Amino acid sequence: MRFAELKNYASELRAFQLRLGFAGFVVLAAFGLLLARFIWLQVLQHDAYRAKAEENRISVVPVAPSRGLILDRNGEVLARNYLAYTLEIFPAQVRDLEATIAELAEYVDIQARDRARFRKLLQETRNAESMPIRTRLTEEEVARIAANRWRFTGVDIRARLFRQYPHGEVASHVLGYIGRVTTRDQERLEELGDAANYRGTDYIGKAGIEASYQQELHGITGFEQVEIDAGGRGIRTLSRTASQPGNNLSLTLDVRLQEVAERAFGARRGALVAIEPGTGGVLAFVSMPGYDPNLFVDGIDPSSWEVLNNSPDLPLNNRAIAGVYPPGSTFKPFMALAALELGKRTPRSTINDPGYFVFGDRRFRDSKPGGHGVVDLYKSIVMSSDTYYYMLANDMGIDAIAGFMQRFGFGARTGIDLEGEATGILPSPEWKMARYKRPEQQRWYAGETISIGIGQGYNAYTPAQLAQAMATLANNGAMFRPHVVAHVDSARTGERRQVEPQLVRQVPLKPEHVEFVKRAMAGVTKEGTGARAFAGAQYASGGKTGTAQVVAMKQNEKYDESKVTERLRDHSLYIAFAPVESPKIALAVVVENGGFGARAAAPIARTVLDYFLLGKLPAAPRKPVPEVELESDAESD
Amino acid sequence: MEIAGHSLHRLRERLVEGIDGPLFALALALTAIGLAALYSASYENAARVAAQLGNVAAALAAMWLVAQIPPQTLLRLALPAYVVALALLVGVSLFGEVVNGARRWLNLGVGRFQPSEMMKIAMPLMLAWYFHRREGSIRLRDFALATLLLVVPVLLVARQPDLGTALLIAAAGFTVIFFAGLSWKVLVGLGLLALAALPPLWGVLHDYQRRRILTLLDPSTDPLGSGYHIIQSTIAVGSGGVTGKGWLNGSQTHLEFIPERATDFIFAVYSEEFGLIGNVVLLALYALLVGRGLSIAAQAPTQFTRLLAGAVTLIFFTYAFVNMGMVAGILPVVGVPLPFISYGGTALATLYVGIGILMSIYRHRTLVQT
Repeated sequence: MRFAELKNYASELRAFQLRLGFAGFVVLAAFGLLLARFIWLQVLQHDAYRAKAEENRISVVPVAPSRGLILDRNGEVLARNYLAYTLEIFPAQVRDLEATIAELAEYVDIQARDRARFRKLLQETRNAESMPIRTRLTEEEVARIAANRWRFTGVDIRARLFRQYPHGEVASHVLGYIGRVTTRDQERLEELGDAANYRGTDYIGKAGIEASYQQELHGITGFEQVEIDAGGRGIRTLSRTASQPGNNLSLTLDVRLQEVAERAFGARRGALVAIEPGTGGVLAFVSMPGYDPNLFVDGIDPSSWEVLNNSPDLPLNNRAIAGVYPPGSTFKPFMALAALELGKRTPRSTINDPGYFVFGDRRFRDSKPGGHGVVDLYKSIVMSSDTYYYMLANDMGIDAIAGFMQRFGFGARTGIDLEGEATGILPSPEWKMARYKRPEQQRWYAGETISIGIGQGYNAYTPAQLAQAMATLANNGAMFRPHVVAHVDSARTGERRQVEPQLVRQVPLKPEHVEFVKRAMAGVTKEGTGARAFAGAQYASGGKTGTAQVVAMKQNEKYDESKVTERLRDHSLYIAFAPVESPKIALAVVVENGGFGARAAAPIARTVLDYFLLGKLPAAPRKPVPEVELESDAESD
Repeated sequence: MEIAGHSLHRLRERLVEGIDGPLFALALALTAIGLAALYSASYENAARVAAQLGNVAAALAAMWLVAQIPPQTLLRLALPAYVVALALLVGVSLFGEVVNGARRWLNLGVGRFQPSEMMKIAMPLMLAWYFHRREGSIRLRDFALATLLLVVPVLLVARQPDLGTALLIAAAGFTVIFFAGLSWKVLVGLGLLALAALPPLWGVLHDYQRRRILTLLDPSTDPLGSGYHIIQSTIAVGSGGVTGKGWLNGSQTHLEFIPERATDFIFAVYSEEFGLIGNVVLLALYALLVGRGLSIAAQAPTQFTRLLAGAVTLIFFTYAFVNMGMVAGILPVVGVPLPFISYGGTALATLYVGIGILMSIYRHRTLVQT
């Protein structure tokens, strides 16, 4: 036994040593192969390669393509390029950056913000590239530097294309902005295998369409074979393969409608998304406040960035897709539709609304003290009865509500072609289970269902989701993915690629139920909470006001707007579609801390619809609807 | 005075204890060459060299520490190290931070961490441990299981995607299996099978990976991308000639024709400036390092230490061969650094840990009995 084991061991050891020898042989063979290759390159082909290295005065210089244009639906230019001279420094060739900059400042105007921006670029940009210290030089400055070029090494004047957004802040959250290619961008491009095509490209989309359509807009980099002198400077161009410009994007957006909508907000914060129900094409996309994307074009200077980034109004925040708000009473038409579809209510059934709903020992109050009296489904929407929907939610139960609302896209990304979309929250027992850790928090309480019915509670959706749900309802259940780009045009071939309407799903709905809800929403604008905002309209629109609580209130506390500071005031919402018979537009408006929906959001919707349907511009800045209450918009939002 | 001198002597003893002279000298010589090449590649940027010196100091400390760990402890650490590395890799593929399109990083709160680096050492440790346990009764079944232990992490890393690291881990694991005595018949069979598997494998590759292989065959198809790397690095090597252009005098390097010249393509800089003579010196240093490692493996007392020493030694070879082959234009461009020479702290630390393992095995060659 023992002997056999030993023998076995010895033979295994011998086998191992044999394999070590074999490995050694492989190593030597591989190194021999390398040596042969080195001899081939360095001895036999040496003359040829030496000649090539000499000639390697021929440098392959990338030629950056010009970035595609962005146009609105009528061909109005929203983003374009222009040529300007920049003064650039190659940090790798400069020994003392500060001294060089100080010296340059004797010839051109270099402000503190230019220096700050240069330092920031130096930190975040890939190395070995040239960096602008001054952009948009005047002709005189170009001449001055050119005359004194010999004083400097590692300094050059270059002609570069700059991005320009002629409309400034308008549609800034749709367009987004571009910025320098950072080290992180560079690494991502390498992973995508796109790094070669970006040699020579300095700017890349950072937000909005500029980011989400970066690939389309960029184009294909060309290259020049340039003869260079011993110092690496170009002498003459030997051959050139032209770059191919990026594709132009045409949007579904109408920039004039966009401007009307943005102006209607004034200084207020909020968002508006208007969609063409039959295609999902976005007609207007507002997030207020916006910012001037031109600030970012040649690298934003730190002080402007500070201002944008630290503003309490969060101008860089794209509220239309990244902001989530409780829908308030704009949720009611969908609740009504659910009630009809699930057979929980008929148009004829009525309830008596005493102004509150009692569940267990809790009393859920209606926003109208004393209630609306006898309320049927039609009146529940037109007058926005809370009590009706407290009862309805209780009768339906959370699972039925969540199941129905999910089909309208609530609590799911719309899939719009912009980055940074939030999911929102469609409350359900499953959601709560996943959201919370402790068992007592995970449980769904029946009492929590009640306020879900009026769009409060855990409900939280983006304005884009609300607009998409409104469009789906207006379109009789056919839901389209919203998109801002209508078609992509190749600048070279003229070939056009349409962005085809993409049907997300067809929500199965009985036509008479949809008709009923639409009729009730039309009633809102004629005899309901939206009547004042839509008084004298020359078209029939459907709508629903909403008011979303920012602060939770105690059960019997009365909400008094005047006592609450501005930031704690309710959000004002309105959803609308028009014309009622064949809807061409569906929209959702949120005015942050705007108070009642009828007061702040509905007039904005009116302004937008007036312009869209009639081409009518608002005469003067619309005054907010006076505080005096009329019977028709009794304080139910 | 006497006492102080004595304790100083003791300290020196303690420091050099377990340090293998030849291995240490070879690694240091390579590292010194690396610093010289880096100085040239970074356009005489002393700060860059100083940063690398810091990396060297950290790597040397790691080597010293590992050299103090007896092989039995390494044996005990093998399974946990593998399990942890594998769990982290799975963690990466599930919750890893996507940095620039690749899911390689795990955020541990204190900082980001790349578990695939850990796997480079954990893999040979694990397989050596496994064959050590099965010593004397290794059957084909064991090889199958070892292959599974190898393939799972390799696939996880390849999917990140990080083909270079996946290849290195696969090579490290394969050498253990080879040294453990997988029969030649099976090896040849597997080789044939691998050849047959090439076409379907092609379909799995990412676009940019395919492009790299295609540009190897014809670099001129991609003059701005990886073809450019190959064209320019072969010109650098070829124009160096027998004696080279002299330190800091490489025109390819200094006219910015060599991309990634401090990291993956540093060999082009070296080769241009030091020529064929320099290359032969470098090959000789690597060959001596590998030879020393294989001799340590031959003298190693246990199955575990034998396999581990063999595999770790061949890691150095794989790195060096793949990198130089890439720069000389006979292998596709994959992100593999030149051992001890390329700029970068993580790879250097991994390599010196490998040296430390070899030192520990050599030091305990007669102390431990099976």
